Amino acid sequence: MIPLSWYLILAAALFCIGLFGVLGRRNAIAILMGIELMLNAVNINLVAFWRYRAAEGIAGQAFAIIVFAVAAAEVAVGLALIISIYRRRNSVVADDINLMKG
Amino acid sequence: MDHPITIIARWLETLMLGWGLAPGAVTTILTLLGAAVVGAFGLGLVIFTIWLERKLYARIQDRLGPNRVGPWGILQTFPDMIKIFTKEFITPDGADKVVYNLAPILSVSAVLLTWAVIPFAPAIIGTDVNVGVLYLVAVGSLGALSIIMAGWSSNNKYAMLGAFRAVAQMVSYEVPMVLALLIPVLLAQTMKMNGLVEAQQVWFIFYVPIAALIFFITSLAETGRAPFDLLEAESELVAGFQTEYSGLKFGMFYVGEFLHAFTISALTATLFLGGWQGLGAERFPILGTIFFFIKTFAVYFVVIWIRISLPRLRIDQLLNFSWKFLTPLALVLLLATAIVEKLWLDLYPSLNLVVGAVPWVHAGVHFVLNLLILWGMLNLLKPHKVKTRRTVAEPRPVAVAPEPPVSEIS
Amino acid sequence: MTPVQLIFLAVAAVTLAAALMVVLTRNLIHAALWLIVTLFGVAVFYVLLNAGFFAVVQVVVYIGAIAILFIFAAMLTRRVMQDTGPQLNAGSWLAGLVAVLSFGGLVAVLSQWPGFSSQAAALPEGADPLVQLGTALVSPDAYVLPFELASVLLVAAMIGAITVSLEKKP
Repeated sequence: MIPLSWYLILAAALFCIGLFGVLGRRNAIAILMGIELMLNAVNINLVAFWRYRAAEGIAGQAFAIIVFAVAAAEVAVGLALIISIYRRRNSVVADDINLMKG
Repeated sequence: MDHPITIIARWLETLMLGWGLAPGAVTTILTLLGAAVVGAFGLGLVIFTIWLERKLYARIQDRLGPNRVGPWGILQTFPDMIKIFTKEFITPDGADKVVYNLAPILSVSAVLLTWAVIPFAPAIIGTDVNVGVLYLVAVGSLGALSIIMAGWSSNNKYAMLGAFRAVAQMVSYEVPMVLALLIPVLLAQTMKMNGLVEAQQVWFIFYVPIAALIFFITSLAETGRAPFDLLEAESELVAGFQTEYSGLKFGMFYVGEFLHAFTISALTATLFLGGWQGLGAERFPILGTIFFFIKTFAVYFVVIWIRISLPRLRIDQLLNFSWKFLTPLALVLLLATAIVEKLWLDLYPSLNLVVGAVPWVHAGVHFVLNLLILWGMLNLLKPHKVKTRRTVAEPRPVAVAPEPPVSEIS
Repeated sequence: MTPVQLIFLAVAAVTLAAALMVVLTRNLIHAALWLIVTLFGVAVFYVLLNAGFFAVVQVVVYIGAIAILFIFAAMLTRRVMQDTGPQLNAGSWLAGLVAVLSFGGLVAVLSQWPGFSSQAAALPEGADPLVQLGTALVSPDAYVLPFELASVLLVAAMIGAITVSLEKKP
């Protein structure tokens, strides 16, 4: 059988790859993709913990459903903002959106 | 008396166990074999349905249709297939090769995956997941993905515009489809496909005809069949997202579309017409399969009939219809059905009905609710009725001599 | 190595490789397509975790909606087909270092935990997790409040997204 450690290491790896995507990419849309990877890693963690440690209750699954909803809402608003910025500034490179830079 | 497929499966199982294979391996091999059979059956059925559609199309239009190759032209699809196989693959310059080749495969796969959850008989179903209905929605959304991939990778702005429109249409019509799918789930209290079929003592189309109609219309729009076939009409945007595809790749899109049309007929028959239910279907499962196919072909006939008869809708008419009409209607129907169902479950023991009459009274209650909603909707739509024809301009006189100019010389 | 473990390792390898391609590839649309592969891999993990409902919801929500949104946004915010310029910014080596250190730190901290290598207990008989989840999400002494708040959040996000991206009528 698959021990819990495999799922946790997988989720940690996915989270860190997403973290690299957020910190290391120039394009704002690519940064959002990194955020999606991180949210997916969190979801895997939640469902794995539910299955292995708390399968009688339903807390893990309920939390994971809320994370699905939040991720969808965040992607929608984030992409709307990026498209709006692209219309004004004609660029989605994160470094170019620096009007408030002191 | 068992279904022939169950008999064959059991015979194969004893055969392989006799060869000394482990039971786990036998199950895996039988599962893979079943999946291959379902896929091959689906694709083989397309050959028949293409002929059926062309023949019906022709006969309704008062012409003959294919009638040379084989009796009644029944073998016509084979020469067409050979022709498509032997055409040259022209890949546009600058196209993204991997995505370009993957799109038609994904398009056909998205439709074939649906066949995994359709119940052909009480015990013949690919896999009876307990989220069968949600699985249908999930797989349907993969089709939209293949269209974007096709449109974008063709490096052609008309293909991309066509793909945008196609995806807008498919995504817009997914919303009322999911809402309409929730209503049989409410009534049957399960998402399993077999559970939905077994709960239909009375066909769901008599319970909730509006939901059946919404599901049918939105599935037609998902497929891209007429009257929603703006995406592939030759007079619009060349051929939409399929512009740059030739030969077998176009053949895959074509096959995928026909298979999709047949699949939605099968789904409507399963969800709203009782699937394999019928006289004697539990005792002789083979009868269940026959009933299922009769119902599916009846719905498919209606699909073809609609395609032939109705003119095409414009893209803004399409999207308005989905967002401003179907979605609110489906939401209202869902709320009303949920409330009535809850009231029914609480109140019907106190009515002391004969056991056999309970499903019919239940159906009658929901049918009356549907009629009320229909009447309310028609009343709400009355102010929008087009009263008179809008006069755009004065009709031009065709063959009238112009007035002679007034002469200066009197 | 049981077959389930082999399947897990294969799918994990595919998922992590696809995730790496998401963050490293130059072409943004290719990154979106690799993201779809990753999301499929995650759906398979949900199936392995006896949460089949989540696998299907993952495909519907993430692949059917969010991934298509990403592809649309990537198509609408570029002017030429081919990508130009490097995709990793100036501090990406530091980002890589942070990512690797975080991974090492997470694994180190988790392996101290005694429950790290627990095996899966058998699921309690009888209750269908799907029915349990549905009841829990609408029952007043369970999770109806987060459920309703999530609905409000989705409505707010919908209105906000439409308002932000609406083009002003000239």
